[in-house]
Amino acid sequence: MRFTKKDILDMESLSVDEINLILDTAYKMKEISIRPIKKVPTLRGKTVVLFFYEPSTRTRISFDIAAKRLSADSLSIAASTSSIVKGETLADTAKTLEAMNPDIIVLRHSSAGTPHLLARLVKSSIINAGDGMHAHPTQALLDLMTVREKKGEISGLRIAIIGDISHSRVARSNITGFTKMGAEVVIAGPPTMIPKGIESLGASVSYNVDEAICDADVIMMLRIQKERQKSFLFPTEREYSKVYGLTKKRVENARSDVLIMHPGPVNRGVEIAYEVVDGPYSIILDQVTNGVAVRMAILYLVSGGALNAGAD
Amino acid sequence: MLVLIKGGRVIDPGNLDGIVDILIKDGKIAEIKEQGSGVEEQGSGVEVIDASGKIVTPGLIDMHVHLREPGHEYKETIKSGCLAAAHGGFTAICPMPNTNPVNDNGQITEYILKKAGVADTVRVYPVAAISKGLNGKSLCEYGELKEAGAIAFSDDGNPVSNSQLMRRAMEYAKGFNMPIISHCENLDLAANGVVNEGAVATSMGLAGIPNAAESIMVMRDIALCELTASRIHIAHVSTKESVLAIRNAKKRGVKVTAETAPHYFTLTEDSIKDYNTNAKMNPPLRSSQDREAILKGLADGTIDVIATDHAPHSYIEKEVEFDQAANGIIGLETSVSLSLKLVHDGVISLTGLVEKMSTNPAKILGLDTGITAGRPADISIIDPDLSYKIDSSKFQSLSRNTPFNGWDIKGKAVLTMVGGKILFDVK
Repeated sequence: MRFTKKDILDMESLSVDEINLILDTAYKMKEISIRPIKKVPTLRGKTVVLFFYEPSTRTRISFDIAAKRLSADSLSIAASTSSIVKGETLADTAKTLEAMNPDIIVLRHSSAGTPHLLARLVKSSIINAGDGMHAHPTQALLDLMTVREKKGEISGLRIAIIGDISHSRVARSNITGFTKMGAEVVIAGPPTMIPKGIESLGASVSYNVDEAICDADVIMMLRIQKERQKSFLFPTEREYSKVYGLTKKRVENARSDVLIMHPGPVNRGVEIAYEVVDGPYSIILDQVTNGVAVRMAILYLVSGGALNAGAD
Repeated sequence: MLVLIKGGRVIDPGNLDGIVDILIKDGKIAEIKEQGSGVEEQGSGVEVIDASGKIVTPGLIDMHVHLREPGHEYKETIKSGCLAAAHGGFTAICPMPNTNPVNDNGQITEYILKKAGVADTVRVYPVAAISKGLNGKSLCEYGELKEAGAIAFSDDGNPVSNSQLMRRAMEYAKGFNMPIISHCENLDLAANGVVNEGAVATSMGLAGIPNAAESIMVMRDIALCELTASRIHIAHVSTKESVLAIRNAKKRGVKVTAETAPHYFTLTEDSIKDYNTNAKMNPPLRSSQDREAILKGLADGTIDVIATDHAPHSYIEKEVEFDQAANGIIGLETSVSLSLKLVHDGVISLTGLVEKMSTNPAKILGLDTGITAGRPADISIIDPDLSYKIDSSKFQSLSRNTPFNGWDIKGKAVLTMVGGKILFDVK
């Protein structure tokens, strides 16, 4: 099976078969990263632009490493060092980039829907590396990959996503991704952080963390941003960690084979306790490792590659 | 010079409804005549407009438009806006004061009227600001503004958050018998929202604006209207709660009137899918339940007026990230067609349509209109059955920001006459 989409914009637009193709390809790619010479010539001569309007460390580096391991030429542009600070619009920047014929543009932007706009404006493949509160499909794919790797299968699992669902593109993409692959998703957090109509994405809602994580096969904690206190979403970090944080005690009451995930960066001691981050159930670093594999698979597939066509 | 509008169904609510001929002499309505009285045979020099099968109405008034002059002439000028109005079937428009500089003093009002005079097309009745610079802090000089030609006051685009200022504005405007037009929005609740709060916003990752951001202020303004025994006109009603509040207030005799725009009774929040910035406006497109309530409000008279909130923007403001795109769509050249859809769908009658697009805005603004002998011949002719495809590339407006481009629709304004002069004829 070949991947026929030009862009990867969100999880809604990927079919189950396409998701499986990406994950299967990612498992093959993962092997490249443990070789002594971590490089294959697959994307030699391809240009990948990493266009980050919003600060990012892990996602940008993950894409950069993925591109380099496939021998693509990758370059990073940060909004702060580009013409955007001179007042150039996204449309103009996109057309300027297009004139230099990049094959793939990886876009991170604080406004939802920006990758969709860019995809309409340019011929290059657009990969959404996170747009506002909307979507973060490569994060969801690496989470799916990690869970499938640990559990064998996604279908039938119970996934609890805890925290600020309102502001989280990771939550949205994971709700869509996991339910699409047959898992049951429950979200929990303070009602101030549960957006209206989230059930329409396929998740059930709870305001009680203990209830949500009981019987969960996977607990995914979301990062809490301190500045949300200003818009009255929660009173203090202290109270948040008590009522909604993943404490050691809560983990003790969870399933004995539970997996604990976090998209990072982690606020130790706020949404997740110190010892839980480093504890035996945590697969947070596996997520990071698989991130490179998933992004290699995506760069390869949107470039026209096929599974079993020989990654090297 | 004599003009005869012949064979059309003339609808002037409360005055006449029937197939009659209208004889126009020197820009004024000279006579309403029974059909076939033979004026045209009386001599040469009678220009005959065949209106058979069409609706002839007192000039349509759009009491809520944004012309971008002075300040943003690349989006719309007074002249291009007036031409768009004429082509959309309107004989009069009321431009809102959020120009640059703001229409908050007599000089700007006079400037607008001077430019409108040069354009010499539809009638322009400027709405001046409630507060200096639309800043919500101090009252404008209503006396001077009235003298300069302002017809109403509004801080449209900005709500008047300070309730004391709003109270005083209502009281003070009462002294001049001029209405306050209120843009109802609680900014704390609207916060950084860009679309209707709900499942669509949530799935698209866009910040939402709850219905309560509007209805809280509608209820406040109704309370202030009762307190001050004045009158208030609520702009661009978009929510079911607002409709309910206005309906209840009217029942108790509060002098509140209200308008909605064609997009609120035609579209829902679903139109923003694919991040369509041409469906982004403030207030935002709401849910289908809200749309249903707006239709009911139009049908039972809770909503008095259809006004477009014509808001021209160039692609520079629209072909950008969704949350950064400017609010608003153009409406002058699609309003009659979209409103006629209400008639075809049985929501309102043709008479109801004329009331909401001519008679009621005239009443609210204190304009003397109607099809009676002696009045200026401000007349719109509508063909309710003319089917066509909306083509924004042919618009007179300088802007193209409409979600209705390419729509197949039935019914159109076909002729616009102001003071006896034909400004637009579809032929």
